[in-house]
Amino acid sequence: MPFIADTAPANAEWLLNLNIEIALFLIQDGLTNGAIYALLALALVLVFAVTRVIFIPQGEFVTYGALTLASLQLGKLPGTAWLLLGAGLAVAVVELTQALRLDAARRIPAIVLKYTVAPAGLMWLTWWAAPQKPALTFQILLTLALVVPLGPMTYRLAYQPLANASVLVLLIISVAVHFAMTGLGLVFFGAEGSRTPPFSDAQFKLGVLNISGQSLWVIGASLGLIVVLYVFFERTIYGKALRATAINRAGARLVGVSPAMAGKLSFTLAALIGALSGILVAPITTIYYDSGFLVGLKGFVGAIMGGLVSYPVAAAGALLVGMLEAYSSFWASAYKEVIVFTLIIPVLVWRSLTTYHIEEEEE
Amino acid sequence: MTRARLVLGVFLAFMLVAPSVLPEFQVTLLNYIGLYSIVAMGLVLLTGVGGLTSFGQAAFVGLGAYTTAYLTTAYGVSPWLTLFAGLALTFAMALFLGYISLRLSGHYLPLGTIAWGISLYFLFGNMEFLGGHTGISSLPPINLLGVVLDSGRKFHYLIWTLALLALLSIQNLLDSRSGRAIRALKGGGLMAESFGVNTARMKIIIFVYAALLASLSGWLYAHLLRFVNPTPFSINAGIEYLFMAVVGGAASVWGAVIGAGILTILKQWLQDLLPKLLGQSGNFEMIVFGVLLVLLLQRARDGVMPLVVRYFPGPNKNLTPTTQALPTRARPLAGETVLELKGARKAFGGLLAVSDLSFSMNSGEILGLIGPNGAGKSTVFNLVTGVLPATGGEVSFRGERIDALPSRAIVMRGVARTFQHAHLLPDMSVLENVAIGAHQRGAKGVISAAFHLDRAEEAKLLAEAARQLERVGLGASVHDQAGNLALGQQRIMEIARALCADPVLLLLDEPAAGLRFQEKRALAELLRKLKSEGMSILLVEHDMDFVMKLVDRLVVMDFGEKLAEGLPQEIQVNPLVLEAYLGGVK
Repeated sequence: MPFIADTAPANAEWLLNLNIEIALFLIQDGLTNGAIYALLALALVLVFAVTRVIFIPQGEFVTYGALTLASLQLGKLPGTAWLLLGAGLAVAVVELTQALRLDAARRIPAIVLKYTVAPAGLMWLTWWAAPQKPALTFQILLTLALVVPLGPMTYRLAYQPLANASVLVLLIISVAVHFAMTGLGLVFFGAEGSRTPPFSDAQFKLGVLNISGQSLWVIGASLGLIVVLYVFFERTIYGKALRATAINRAGARLVGVSPAMAGKLSFTLAALIGALSGILVAPITTIYYDSGFLVGLKGFVGAIMGGLVSYPVAAAGALLVGMLEAYSSFWASAYKEVIVFTLIIPVLVWRSLTTYHIEEEEE
Repeated sequence: MTRARLVLGVFLAFMLVAPSVLPEFQVTLLNYIGLYSIVAMGLVLLTGVGGLTSFGQAAFVGLGAYTTAYLTTAYGVSPWLTLFAGLALTFAMALFLGYISLRLSGHYLPLGTIAWGISLYFLFGNMEFLGGHTGISSLPPINLLGVVLDSGRKFHYLIWTLALLALLSIQNLLDSRSGRAIRALKGGGLMAESFGVNTARMKIIIFVYAALLASLSGWLYAHLLRFVNPTPFSINAGIEYLFMAVVGGAASVWGAVIGAGILTILKQWLQDLLPKLLGQSGNFEMIVFGVLLVLLLQRARDGVMPLVVRYFPGPNKNLTPTTQALPTRARPLAGETVLELKGARKAFGGLLAVSDLSFSMNSGEILGLIGPNGAGKSTVFNLVTGVLPATGGEVSFRGERIDALPSRAIVMRGVARTFQHAHLLPDMSVLENVAIGAHQRGAKGVISAAFHLDRAEEAKLLAEAARQLERVGLGASVHDQAGNLALGQQRIMEIARALCADPVLLLLDEPAAGLRFQEKRALAELLRKLKSEGMSILLVEHDMDFVMKLVDRLVVMDFGEKLAEGLPQEIQVNPLVLEAYLGGVK
């Protein structure tokens, strides 16, 4: 699936003779994509640190975010509304069964409200609001409201019953969830790709360089989100609870941090980051129901550079992936994906030469 | 005739007549199941048994398929030669990938294989000489001893013969010295390393083995269809191969065949049904596969195979009588210094777990290492057995420095241990568990195992295991599953396993914990007997009554330091020791 290819080669013709301009253009392109990969890389590190889940379905949240916004812009009810209702019902069934088994009938009203009434209400709101084509901000908020709850619901349905399983089992679960979510994407959004209009048509001239307003939006929003995440982890009690779980699961549990809460919260954040990335990327490239997978994996290449533990190295690695992609799509556009994913080999060589590893025991 | 043999016979008879009686479509389906089974078998070995995983098997299939497609069409090379070219290329690639990613934690291999699977897929699709996305067509058919395999019906026999040979080779492999080492990888590898298994090497071997099987399947696929294009080698196909292995489960290699069968038929059925149901076309079976796998892992993580295996109890492992015993090492002279620690030190960050500890022990001596919880006794064990590298000081065994050696080099010199928490493979028989102890006394590798050329050595290894089980009094439990033993028996089994390594020095970590009174008496009896045969025993134990009656000397540790050393009766009245244990006696 072309991610940035459809911008770079189109411009290549008139850029051919302007070397410095090409270079600067590609840097801008690389930074824009790299910023999105960096966000995804951060989410992947976060989810792995807190839950030991290698979150392959991260990319599907990108797809869902982009395609939900695209549906709303066409004035249609997005398929995610149905998906949310379905996932909500499934969680409700699981939670109700558990509540009845534990003889905790007083929990029933809350479960019904949270997992059936709320999604149904949201669906009704979307159905009512979508044809009126509300303001972009409202569309974005609606998109987030539809997509983000799928994160914790996925955790509840697929991962929570296996929270203590090995990394390997959790990884296989992730791949299974990725499969299911891609297929559901096809059912609810169809095989057609979508592209949304840019947030801003502005072009700024900086010397020889044309900077697009959309690039500034992407980079600005990514930086903003990183700051928000930083404040969340440093200043809030929930952020600290997640950090504590990442450092020592058993210890955090002893002081009252529920692993289920930590899991759902980290999946909420990951879904939020994924959906926002999708909203940001939707105007840059055409997104199909299965585009998210490769976008998410490029975030992974960055995250692996940081050993799935270091946030700054993951973000820097993701920027490098963005740059490499921009330049390779210019020089060898057909081999863009090959080059980007083969990057993982030198990364693994470098990590295996610098890491002394003792296999920890599992299960 | 056992039930298993009967079913196998029916299966083989069915496979023999299937191409002549079934309609074309069913024969094709069976061919695909055979091709997928070959790949899935590799994954049963890699994932189910070895605890590693790969999502890139489809790329190895592609490597085999494209190598033969290119060489046979562009240069007219015989398909039999291109088979080996494909296998050689796959071998090199898998060895390289395995080497760089298996040194890291377990999750780097799957992530690396996802990335490599995607790159190779795009590479196939973009290389001009490989036909780009349209692929390569008009491959020559395979000529097998004059018979041209130009139809699915004829090809059926080649596919299933190779599939069954592959299956047999993995079954043989698992039932061998290397197989036991592979099965020990899943628990983390600590125990396997401490009995001389090079776990890193074993991991690479099974990864390469699985890749070669995938490549073989690719070669077959290319000549069955006589056409290749990139689609069947995508990452999604790689994921489906893994699903087959998981659905079948690792309880038997047959799981791969059953998993491949279930998924292939299910996919066929869903691809007919779902587009009609949803009114649009697409790969909707992905949803069902994804949901099914999540449910399977949540409800029945071992796949469907355990349900099948239950109806086919295998025979007990034959103990082939053998007159030859394994060679034993030269024992030290009486009174020779066996183990010596000089200022040994181990720091974990700022915490000194062992601080300048010195003591020595002679051959034929039982030395007790005691101290309150957290005194550093288990760390001493880990230093002596090479599980942890020492931060400073010297550890010598029979005059040779061993503090820089890895575990498997130390066990080869004659130091064997048991673990505080029994490290056993619960699904394996007691006999096989104990035979792991003799790993470094055998030499036959994976290839001899796959072709069953290791039977003489295998008989000796198992006979040794049986002998040691007899020696510790577990002779009656030889064929039981290790996981079914009582806790006390598991500890005794660990001693038998350590004895299998033909040790000069035996390190026992709390052997009496969980034993009943009679069992403790029997254990003390056994240890005295071993001592009388010249064995040196270093013992960590909390049961003071047991220790004081058994040991020759004691070393008492507290906060990582040596508090006292001496005869049991001296230690019992040592005021420092009493204070450490009882918090001060005034």
